Amino acid sequence: MSIPVTDSTMKAHAERQVKATSAWQRIRRDKWLYILLIPGSLYFLVFKYIPMWGVLIAFQNFEPWQGFFHSPWIGFTNFRLFFENPDFFRLLRNTLLLSLYNIVFFFPAPIVLALLLNEVRKAWFKRTVQTMVYLPHFVSMVIVAALTYVFLTTDTGFINQLLQHWFGRQVDFLTNPAWFRPIIVLQTIWKETGWGTILFLAALAGVDVELYEAAIVDGANRWQQLWHITLPAIRSTIVILLILRMGSVLDNGFEQVYLMTNALNRDVADVFDTYVYFVGITQGSFSYSTAVGLFKAVVGAFLIWTSNYVAKKFGQSGIF
Amino acid sequence: MRTQTFGGKAFDVCNYMFLAIFALVTVLPFVYVIAGSLASDEEITSRVFFLIPEHVTWNAYRYIFSTNALPRSFLISVYVTVFGTLINLFFTTTMAYSLSRRDLVGRNLILNLIIFSMVFSGGMIPTYLVIRSLGMLNTLWAMMIPGAISAFNLIIVKNFFQELPQPLIEAAKIDGCSDLGVFLRIVLPLSKPALATFALFYGVGHWNDFYSALLYINDSSKWPLQMLLQQVVMSSQMSIGDPSLAMDPTFTQPPGDSIKMAVIVVSTLPMLMVYPFLQKHFAKGVLIGAIKQ
Repeated sequence: MSIPVTDSTMKAHAERQVKATSAWQRIRRDKWLYILLIPGSLYFLVFKYIPMWGVLIAFQNFEPWQGFFHSPWIGFTNFRLFFENPDFFRLLRNTLLLSLYNIVFFFPAPIVLALLLNEVRKAWFKRTVQTMVYLPHFVSMVIVAALTYVFLTTDTGFINQLLQHWFGRQVDFLTNPAWFRPIIVLQTIWKETGWGTILFLAALAGVDVELYEAAIVDGANRWQQLWHITLPAIRSTIVILLILRMGSVLDNGFEQVYLMTNALNRDVADVFDTYVYFVGITQGSFSYSTAVGLFKAVVGAFLIWTSNYVAKKFGQSGIF
Repeated sequence: MRTQTFGGKAFDVCNYMFLAIFALVTVLPFVYVIAGSLASDEEITSRVFFLIPEHVTWNAYRYIFSTNALPRSFLISVYVTVFGTLINLFFTTTMAYSLSRRDLVGRNLILNLIIFSMVFSGGMIPTYLVIRSLGMLNTLWAMMIPGAISAFNLIIVKNFFQELPQPLIEAAKIDGCSDLGVFLRIVLPLSKPALATFALFYGVGHWNDFYSALLYINDSSKWPLQMLLQQVVMSSQMSIGDPSLAMDPTFTQPPGDSIKMAVIVVSTLPMLMVYPFLQKHFAKGVLIGAIKQ
């Protein structure tokens, strides 16, 4: 007890202790955490990061029997071939038009449905409608496509039977290119409109009832209440979802487009994702299709990043 | 509460009618397909549209369950859904638990790498080549392992673990519990309801998965139900010019409409049976995701 312990020596001692428990000691202390981290890290390494490195075959003339390390490097040839190919503009047009159709016709649907549901005062009615319209969200895209085929096919599909009965003629919905985009959008509306209302209904549930009461006292009718109270309450949700949707204009949903593609509508049906499948997996042009996929991934990443940035500017937290 | 004007009442009537029609149109396809699967092909052709068959017959179901293909695909889908979901939960919870500890050395680096993988991916072909070089093509593993973790779910589960009561965890550690013990005896039991939600998320994904089978499974004896359904219903139109879409040999003749509808019903029914649970949990999940984003 003879050695005086000053403040500064105590501090130095504490600092040394902190340093000592940092890095290696902490890693040794957390050994179980690192062991638990192994399966997940391996997963991301093998199935996410090795394929990211694998995009380099886009700059090769990759031949499976030669493998990655012995295939010749050919620089940007695959990209040049793609941009010079008339397919490029066809894919870009199809991809963007399909997204545009979806944004114009599908995007507003959940908003309208949420606003209408919000006006319903009978709780049992609202609940029943919600239970029914959420249902298609849970069925697979294959079932949606199968239903579409069974209903719209010529001769036996009931819609064409009705058309035959009423107008004496049938429509080749499934093979006529003009019907491809409308059918895709209708499928999306049927499958996702109900589910899309959830975010908006949650935002609407947070609106203070007193606002409506005050508005009624001031003589506002239902339309004015909708315009001045209800809509502003979900405006930011709408803006953010729209911005984020813009970030994924290149994603058309591979399964849906693939399932509705056939030999007769390929010209309007092909989008980047399905093109990569047909050229890469079905025809085996690995390098060329990887170049197409890489082009889409890079532009897509840029769009997502930009849309998130813009969304943050609007005061929301975005996806990440 | 609200004073009702004439216009308001008229709106309400229209609104209720519109919503009722919209909801009915949404579920009618299912009712029609169930009715059609229980009717004969002749009735389907002669009666244009009906919701209750005149003569109920189980022939379509008898036929599809007498083939090799359908029962086999059904079992494969059940197998992939059950084991695939267990694999998902194992991979997701172990990683989420480690990353939920804020003082873990290297945590931010790993989190950033995970987030980067959500923005940029190697894409279809490089992933296919990795799975091929692992020898997973034409094995059921290809339908379970490549999607073992959804980065989005991982981050939500990690956030959930972070919000568990920390004093409980501290107390267990003072009592000499290792991190593994804390994970197995405290974190997992406390998270049972949340994990059930994620099991449903993943399970529905596996049952509905068509993409993995399309890319990685050529051997028709290993097709899951969604793949078989696509072949049975669409082959007549889709086989034009695409040899990979040839019919399964056990369906010797082009399937009639009632058979197609029966296959649709069998593929949908398990989903409809768990739907009440799904609706409750999924709605919650969407909102958790939205708030945590």
